[in-house]
Amino acid sequence: MTTMTIAGQSIDRNDEGFFENPDQWNEDVAVEIAREEGIDELTPQHWQVIHFMRKEYAEKGTGPTVRVLGKTSGVSVKELYQLFPKGPAKIAAKVAGIPKPRGCI
Amino acid sequence: MARRLVILGGGTGGTLMANRLQKHHGDDLEITVVDQDDRHVYQPGLLFVPFGLADPDDIVRPRHRQLRKGVAFRQAGIDHVDIEAEQVHLDDGAVLPYDVLVVATGARLMPEETEGLTGPGWNEKVFTFYDLPGATALHRALEAFDGGRLVLNVVDMPIKCPVAPLEFAFLADWYFQERGIRDRVELTYVTPLDAAFTKPMAARTLGGMLAEKGVELVTEFNTGEVDGEAGRLVSYDEREVPFDLAVVIPLHGGAEYVDRSPGLGDELGFVPTDQHSLQSKVRPNIFTIGDATNVPASKAGSVTHFEGEVLLENVSRFLEGRELDVSYDGHANCFIETGFHKAMLIDFNYDTEPTTGHFPAAVGAPLMKDSRLNHLGKLMFQWVYWHALLPGRDIPGIGPDMPTAGKALTTT
Repeated sequence: MTTMTIAGQSIDRNDEGFFENPDQWNEDVAVEIAREEGIDELTPQHWQVIHFMRKEYAEKGTGPTVRVLGKTSGVSVKELYQLFPKGPAKIAAKVAGIPKPRGCI
Repeated sequence: MARRLVILGGGTGGTLMANRLQKHHGDDLEITVVDQDDRHVYQPGLLFVPFGLADPDDIVRPRHRQLRKGVAFRQAGIDHVDIEAEQVHLDDGAVLPYDVLVVATGARLMPEETEGLTGPGWNEKVFTFYDLPGATALHRALEAFDGGRLVLNVVDMPIKCPVAPLEFAFLADWYFQERGIRDRVELTYVTPLDAAFTKPMAARTLGGMLAEKGVELVTEFNTGEVDGEAGRLVSYDEREVPFDLAVVIPLHGGAEYVDRSPGLGDELGFVPTDQHSLQSKVRPNIFTIGDATNVPASKAGSVTHFEGEVLLENVSRFLEGRELDVSYDGHANCFIETGFHKAMLIDFNYDTEPTTGHFPAAVGAPLMKDSRLNHLGKLMFQWVYWHALLPGRDIPGIGPDMPTAGKALTTT
């Protein structure tokens, strides 16, 4: 785990860059982390996914998979890949400041 | 008055639960099993059908014949479950009220959810072996295949028996060697995971075996489209894998009626279930077993079998108003066919990864290593399935809790 300061906020992240504590997140932090991932601008559709990820995490204790995101977030899987080209579930989880989604077995 | 137990689904979980509960409760419990057809498929046999190693007729038996006397079998489609009124509505208009409901309707294949998958080329050069018609059609196609690119693709998790696609790759390597044309066949395994399997230690072993057998591994490939006409898989991030013959494991979801039953299932049609007691999270008098649950265990027959023991206890405790047993540990146990009359065995649960050693104790079948003994175990299992597992007899030495005696356990 590494502690770093992003947008003036102290943040604990694991080796892969996922948040340890979602309470350390805010929207300015999200903008910075999106840049790290090569996303220069967060559009309203990005924010829709980001807020959805946080809500799912708060309710279920894990972020959704891409397939569940496509079914429930109001953004199709195809669009999700356009928004987060390197893998929507993982990248959106990072930007949304939640731990890595557990996925399925 | 006898209480009414309705079991939805007459597959592995539904059948073994009906038989165990009938044996335990006798006439005190009125048990009805509902299924839309009377064909019980021994699903582990599907893997062997494409290679001509199992005959389709040999792996199907009538569902009603697997049920004990005293269990009623109702052949009908399910329209929906009304969890408020505690009633099951059947397609033919009949209504079955229940005191306790067991959902055992497994997982459904959803090939239509992937663009192009059921389009041109479906069952001509794009197949699945996850149902009997698909496995049978694939057998004919493999016999006619005399070289080219054979691609295996798992579209997304969860799937039934996550090791089966790997077994298919191993058996394909063997099959083409036997036919003397292995050098003319390119085998590729395309997965959405970041390795050959979900569990890291087993993934290393299994990934190594793919490499040894000359199977190319493509990871983190999220299939967006199967283009049968042009013969290519296209991922959402626009990578392509060309094929002459594709064997695709389609998306899975719960049974259709779950989507039509308000409050019963999650977004994929699986029933939210407590992973240790197998009581559903939707209503205390609804329990779930096997592939129909959303618990983080493999969707596999062994899991269903081990869950059965906890569920028998918990349905009984629930009827008596006692506290539930929360001991199910996610135990799973899989024989992995590796070809050449050998198989590998893995054994794991929610917390412990597959590891090396022996099963069930220090003297036993080797774990995480291929051997002839494991292959015999896999073949013998079909007999055990029909004659011990479904009737609800105990299988000596194989209990619901994961054994640790013969294992080299390390923390990972």
